[in-house]
Amino acid sequence: MRVTQGCFSYLPDLTDEQISKQIQYCLDNGWAVNLEYTDDPHPRNTYWEMWGLPMFDIRDAKAIMGELSDCRRIHTDCYIRLSAFDATNTWESLRISFIVQRPADEAGFMLTRQEIGGRMMRYETRAYGLQKPEGARYGD
Amino acid sequence: MMLDHADPAMRPTEPIDLKAEFAGAGISEVLDGLERDLVGLKPVKARIREIAALLLVERVRQKYGYATEAPTLHMSFTGNPGTGKTTVALRMASILKALGFVRQGQLISVTRDDLVGQYIGHTAPKTKEILKKAIGGVLFIDEAYYLYRPDNERDYGQEAIEILLQVMENQREDLVVILAGYADRMDKFFTLNPGFRSRIAHHIDFPDYENAELLSISDTMLQRQNYRFTPEARAVMDRYIARRRERPYFSNARSIRNALDRARLRQANRLIAHDGLIDPAMLTMIEPEDLLGSRVFLEADTHAGEVDT
Ligand SMILES: Nc1ncnc2c1ncn2[C@@H]1O[C@H](COP(=O)(O)OP(=O)(O)OP(=O)(O)O)[C@@H](O)[C@H]1O
Ligand SMILES: [Mg+2]
Repeated sequence: MRVTQGCFSYLPDLTDEQISKQIQYCLDNGWAVNLEYTDDPHPRNTYWEMWGLPMFDIRDAKAIMGELSDCRRIHTDCYIRLSAFDATNTWESLRISFIVQRPADEAGFMLTRQEIGGRMMRYETRAYGLQKPEGARYGD
Repeated sequence: MMLDHADPAMRPTEPIDLKAEFAGAGISEVLDGLERDLVGLKPVKARIREIAALLLVERVRQKYGYATEAPTLHMSFTGNPGTGKTTVALRMASILKALGFVRQGQLISVTRDDLVGQYIGHTAPKTKEILKKAIGGVLFIDEAYYLYRPDNERDYGQEAIEILLQVMENQREDLVVILAGYADRMDKFFTLNPGFRSRIAHHIDFPDYENAELLSISDTMLQRQNYRFTPEARAVMDRYIARRRERPYFSNARSIRNALDRARLRQANRLIAHDGLIDPAMLTMIEPEDLLGSRVFLEADTHAGEVDT
């Protein structure tokens, strides 16, 4: 099951060339680009690990593509997302965020139902990947 | 943008209007600005025109498929302090950007401390961090010879040098490195690090300014800040320059800048001390006494440890 989130979630994964153009767009606007990774694909997981610090003072996309390729090399089986922070007064928040890597094999989610009082139903989604400990969830 | 004209028969044969290419790239504006804003520096300006011409032809050759590989653009700027190296490097970045040899055109100016770490494993990330900022632009390394400390073979500078050499060779299309420093020390540095010498395409030497040039530089500096000399003050400035040059720590245009800063300070104090109303025009005037307060005039000529006061 293909996890989607962020901008462009309705599109096929961007190619490196497209990612690079998006990054240059962010940099030209003066936003700081961040890379984050995780192996917990749950949509409510907000605790992604940061790959280094937010990248301030960078002018060219190639510098960030270099970081991305390092991050991919080390975290082969993780989701990686790229986001850009706009520090302009009154914005002071993320302007863009999209997935730039996903594990080769995405196990997907199990849906469980729990019947509670008054025939009400409680739903839970559980990523199959999470049945293994952190770091061993994807790949062999 | 490199077209595939490997087959000579396929190459376009219409005549090329190089002048139009030159104008189209916006190079003339940058070069004229260099001519206009910087006093003197004749040999430097001439060299930069030559390099700009070379780069333009290189670009046209690329278009026609004659260029074989990315040209080496790394440079070394040698000269005494305050001779305009940093100022010219900034312009160089704009020229390279106008011609499309760097993508963004920023200038990142660093010294040894920005590149070399304090402990094992600190240098590589530090150098790489700076390189990331410089990608797409120009990395300007001031007093580059401090990177190399021959007396200490375990000096971390060596690690920075190795990373730089690698990037200068393999990422030529990503950034241009300009090394700057005093001529004699740079020469020694290049002799001891032949790797650098062979990667540098253009050596530009910055001469010291003549007294007349420094006077004219002081005019432009004042003008930019909406000040000017009274004719008497200008004559005093002329004498100041001749005396300042003979003193320790003389650093060309920078000494002038510092002297003018002090003159403005004295002018402000003179105006405050003035009784009664002042004419607004006085706000812009540097008078002889604003300069004559300098130690250069007040003290005997042989004071070591002198700075620009
Ligand atoms: N030809 C010139 N015309 C006008 N101003 C100049 C000229 N050359 C230098 N200056 C001014 O002098 C100051 C010092 O110049 P700059 O910083 O470029 O010198 P530098 O060679 O890099 O010195 P250092 O080796 O000490 O770093 C700057 O404020 C610059 O604007
Ligand atoms: Mg300088």
